[in-house]
Amino acid sequence: MGEGVDTHRAAVSASAWRALAYGVPLAFLAVFFVYPLVSILERGLTSGENLASPFDVLSDPLTREVVWFTLWQAVASTVLTILVALPASYVLGRYAFRGRSVALAAVTIPFVLPTVVVALAFLALLPESLERGWVAILIAHVFFNVAVVVRVVGTFWAGLDRRISEAAATLGAGPLRSLREVTLPLLAPALAAAASIVFLFSFTSFGIVLILGGPRYSTLETEIYNQAVRIFDLRAAAILALVQLLFVGLAIWAATLLEQSLAVGGRRQERDVLRPARTRGEKTVVAGSLGVLALFLGVPLAVLIERSLAVGDGHSLDAYRALGRSTNALLATPWEAIANSLVYAAGAAAIAVVVGGLAAFAVAGSRGVGTRLLDGLLLIPLGASAVMLGFGFVIAFDTEPIDFRSSPWIVPVVQALVAIPFVVRIVASTLGAIDERQREAAAMLGASPGRVRREIDLPVAGRALGVAAGFAFAISLGEFGATIFLARPDSPTLPVAIFRFLSRPGELNAGQAYALAVILMAVVGASVLLVERIRVLRPGWR
Amino acid sequence: MTQCHKAALALALLVIAAFAVAGCGGGEEMPSDVVLVTHDSFVISKDVKAEFEESSGLELRILQSGDAGELLSKALLTAGNPQGDVLFGVDDNLLSRALAGDLFEPYESPLLEQVDERYALDSEHRVTPIDHGEVCLNYDKAWFSEREIEPPRSLDDLTDSRFENLVVVENPATSTPGLAFLLATVARYGEPGWQDFWRRLRENRVLVVDGWEEAYNGRFSGAAGEGDRPIVVSYASSPPAEVIFARPRPKVAPTAVVEDSCFRQVELAGVLRGTRNEEGARKLVDFLLDTRFQEDIPLSMFVFPVNRRAALPPEFEKFAAIPENPLELSPAEIGTNRDRWVREWTRIVLR
Repeated sequence: MGEGVDTHRAAVSASAWRALAYGVPLAFLAVFFVYPLVSILERGLTSGENLASPFDVLSDPLTREVVWFTLWQAVASTVLTILVALPASYVLGRYAFRGRSVALAAVTIPFVLPTVVVALAFLALLPESLERGWVAILIAHVFFNVAVVVRVVGTFWAGLDRRISEAAATLGAGPLRSLREVTLPLLAPALAAAASIVFLFSFTSFGIVLILGGPRYSTLETEIYNQAVRIFDLRAAAILALVQLLFVGLAIWAATLLEQSLAVGGRRQERDVLRPARTRGEKTVVAGSLGVLALFLGVPLAVLIERSLAVGDGHSLDAYRALGRSTNALLATPWEAIANSLVYAAGAAAIAVVVGGLAAFAVAGSRGVGTRLLDGLLLIPLGASAVMLGFGFVIAFDTEPIDFRSSPWIVPVVQALVAIPFVVRIVASTLGAIDERQREAAAMLGASPGRVRREIDLPVAGRALGVAAGFAFAISLGEFGATIFLARPDSPTLPVAIFRFLSRPGELNAGQAYALAVILMAVVGASVLLVERIRVLRPGWR
Repeated sequence: MTQCHKAALALALLVIAAFAVAGCGGGEEMPSDVVLVTHDSFVISKDVKAEFEESSGLELRILQSGDAGELLSKALLTAGNPQGDVLFGVDDNLLSRALAGDLFEPYESPLLEQVDERYALDSEHRVTPIDHGEVCLNYDKAWFSEREIEPPRSLDDLTDSRFENLVVVENPATSTPGLAFLLATVARYGEPGWQDFWRRLRENRVLVVDGWEEAYNGRFSGAAGEGDRPIVVSYASSPPAEVIFARPRPKVAPTAVVEDSCFRQVELAGVLRGTRNEEGARKLVDFLLDTRFQEDIPLSMFVFPVNRRAALPPEFEKFAAIPENPLELSPAEIGTNRDRWVREWTRIVLR
């Protein structure tokens, strides 16, 4: 191959590549997020007779109360989640031990359980004095979001060169000082990434606030729902949704600034840094951190398992057996619901990995304003009102050639919207840490940009892409946010089936709801394990 | 081509294919299907659905869309260009909003002659009654007999001090049965009497929760959960459900209904304005009134058929109480006052 031709081709392919890496995520976001959301906001703001000013909604003391509560509980939830998750992230990102991958999969389970089910488990566990109020809300937010921090930070930690902290120790830094001055700055990008996601989830919390907070607490999201659905005041709902978006934008901006000011150019080496715990102290740390987390996450899950077995006097497998019989609660069998969930989740994970993966390459490829903007934009769907987005889909895609308001594949598309930010954050933070000298060296040796990507970036991204795919899959199994507000054809997913059983009286129905929740837990755990196994088995993707 | 190029190409193809598929759906002369837009609680047995499809020659597609409130909101957003042909699931609480939104095309089904006059809520036949359900106080029989305390017999009883700390209700701002129970108190005590009733109920430490699932499964002592409150706002059909879904089946229902507290809700269906298949839509409304579907209603949706020729299943005959004269309010009255009542209720009970 002639040198001149190769350089030319390289230039063409590099610009085509950039166009693709920016274009696909932006187009996806524009079509499936911005367009529906703008449609519904515009409809809302221009509706109603009272077009005077938005200030009546904004100046309502109730609105200010809601905004304040939404904000502080989200900040508190984020801080608490990070504190609770950090020890386990450290252990899972540093040590190799038997059952490590099982632990990683198990941590994911709470994150994808339907909120109603978890809230009922918490009601059974919490003492009566705590069960309705902000304490219960915070505990539940931590329970749900620990997975985010463990996965994002743990994955990143596993890629940090441990020799740096070892060098610090050699130079006489104590463990605390080493943590504060060496490890935390190195972790900053991942911490900021995880924190912003946890913040957005807590900021837009809906079911948890309704059930565990009791009727006296409301967030912007529950208030938007109230205005849009109960009172059908679309104008007030749109104004509140804009307020919510404003805070989400500010939070993302702040996270980006924080990330930049904290981050130091850490030298990372992508190879397996996991090693077994050697000393007694290390073993205690591993067992202690995981034990505490297992207790915190495990007890509510154990309650669900117990409930699924409690049918009649004593315990039995009756609820599970009943799942096999035809039922009137669903339009399909529970097994079909499981199959539907898996198909939707596979679709959502595929879309999220392609779109999010491309965005990650764009984000990691440069440090310009454009990439920061793309990164931030892709986060916004996590913080947008799910009910408004669901309504947006209904009015945005309503004309014949593209009338897919009710087509089944809109479900994985919306789920992907939620999963993409995870893919970007997990993949980009890993890619961004590749030693630039490796790329330069490869280029110097005559490798085309495509080849650099193939031989250097992809193997590194492979690990993160695998983790991201598993996470995306799990997210859509749990079916978050806006999908609840979409019209669904008669192909229920697992969370929908759980809710159907739970909304019918009778002991066996409740038992079947909990039994399906246990099956959902098992499916999530197994699929995360499986997806990550595929990645590990693939040669060169280590 | 790198793997990412391949992936991007695949995505592009996927998008094109999806648009093509979406495009194929339209433009046909005679729709071969009819779409029922409804809420998440709608259920139809497989063989009943198959029967409709065979007799009408139309495929019945069901589009479920959240609870009754979400269903109506989406229908209002798409008025004139609906997502389906027939909407089922608007109740008398929301009827005035639906009619004001001009959602429906009038259709008078010939089967209406088999339906009792009291369920017909719209003289222009824009909506057709399909089922009725009564929201009532339910109580845990064992809880009261074990303690030798008299269970409640009326709404008035609830403010008695012997029921302090024993009642759980749903928030009318977020729950349909919660709203129905608020309306029951308005129907019984009028204005401003209902407000005094709730003030006394609050003093009696009534527990307010967000939705029926939490109230019944989480707080009520008579159901599967481990709740400790023996009185709950639920449905007249809940006691038979406690028999049908118990293992082993008890001889008598473990819960009972306070008939004096029951409030009637009628669920209605209508042909959506802008339907692509008006003929099919009318056939579907007829079918929803047909005894075949009507007899399927109790065991699938746990409400009662409106067609007087429809026979009830034995469990319902035996364990369900259909109150003779439940409390009622006219849809117009509800429509005018609902939001204000809920606001005032919130101030009295929660603030």
